[in-house]
Amino acid sequence: MRDAKGEILIVDDNKVNRLLMARSVEILGHRASVAENGQIAMSMLVDGTFDILLLDIEMPEMDGFEVLEALKSNAALRDLPVIVTSSVEGLGNIVRCIELGAEDYIPKPVNKILLKARLESCLEKKRLHDEQKRLLKRFATDEVARDLQESGFAIGGHRVSATVLFCDIRDFTAMSEHMAPEATIELLNTYYALMFEAVTSNGGMVNLIVGDGLMALFGAPEPIENSAQSAVNAAAEMCAMIEMLNEERAMLNDPALEVGFGIATGEVVTGYAGTDARATYTCIGKTVNLASRLEAHTKVAQESILMDSATQRRLPVEIRSKEIPAIHFKGFSEDQTIFALEPVTSID
Amino acid sequence: MTEPLIAPEVYAELAETMGADFAAELVATFLSDAPNMIADLKAAAAGGDADGYRRAAHSIKSNADTFGAPALAAQARAMELGGLPEGDPPLPALEATYAETAVALKALADA
Repeated sequence: MRDAKGEILIVDDNKVNRLLMARSVEILGHRASVAENGQIAMSMLVDGTFDILLLDIEMPEMDGFEVLEALKSNAALRDLPVIVTSSVEGLGNIVRCIELGAEDYIPKPVNKILLKARLESCLEKKRLHDEQKRLLKRFATDEVARDLQESGFAIGGHRVSATVLFCDIRDFTAMSEHMAPEATIELLNTYYALMFEAVTSNGGMVNLIVGDGLMALFGAPEPIENSAQSAVNAAAEMCAMIEMLNEERAMLNDPALEVGFGIATGEVVTGYAGTDARATYTCIGKTVNLASRLEAHTKVAQESILMDSATQRRLPVEIRSKEIPAIHFKGFSEDQTIFALEPVTSID
Repeated sequence: MTEPLIAPEVYAELAETMGADFAAELVATFLSDAPNMIADLKAAAAGGDADGYRRAAHSIKSNADTFGAPALAAQARAMELGGLPEGDPPLPALEATYAETAVALKALADA
């Protein structure tokens, strides 16, 4: 085994067993802590960082089954690998441990070779799982990472009411032709940093980035009170930040960025789409198409932020907008009533 | 009693894998803790506490297996599986077996 030394918590009400297990674990090169019953173990787990729990079943106060149940319902401790070490009688009890999420079962007296193999395999699994969690955090949004961890990965869909926001830098391709590749990426990174901040601080999540375009979702996977208002606030904040960025760029004689936003509210289908090996949290439906069309239309309409009537209806009165001529978008059977957000000059 | 009092190979293996000193200390821990476990068993029997009775019998069985004391383990296991009996639990028999086991284990640890 590589440099893997684990922090192992041993829970056993019997003194001889505690001493023996602790010594066995230490001989294998790991660090051992001990608890006399489930209740003490739970408070030690909450306070400390352990890699593996070696759990006895028959204990006063809080037995092993109760510990397994408590771990299962605790989001922070759910993934902690548990090896049940017990001389409890009956196959039914062993099955129950496995059903309650125990990684493995070693009968007492514990065979040292078996213990070594189980501990190493558990540590390796935990390392992989921790790595997966880190990657998930890096490549998926917090909301999706949480959603995945809580509900598990299942390809499938839900129909939810949400607000979709599209934004895009106008003529970015033409603009980037005159820029060094590093400068293009740096500009995109600045832009994305601002956009992500505006979206997440308003309770939304960015779920698609393509080139200079971005799609954000408000109200899914977690519902928020007024997804339309949150999306419009995010767009307004983004506009204000782009204005600030443009002031800086003007001083360096760089051309101003022009950004368009399209916002639509309604039913969308969300879920994990793809294959088991590679899937993304995605969202499709008429509302998504409409937001995308509205974003494209900002250039024609000479407006920064356009929204559909479902979004506009949900806005509080102090957020002012004006109706602009209706448009018949491709793929829609009816003309769409469109509103433009009144220019916002400053944000709080 | 069909089970032997001591299975010396179990203790030998314990001493070999964990160290002779540690094995001897572990025996000492058992000998000082076992009277408490027997007291728990008695109290549970007297108070009609089936869970406590099962748990104490389970603990004695578990330790007896660790040191290689098959006779004590078998008696304790029978009590664990049988649960609290209607009449008098076989406590005197268990205590007698424990007394003999303690002497034998102490001899092994001191060897």
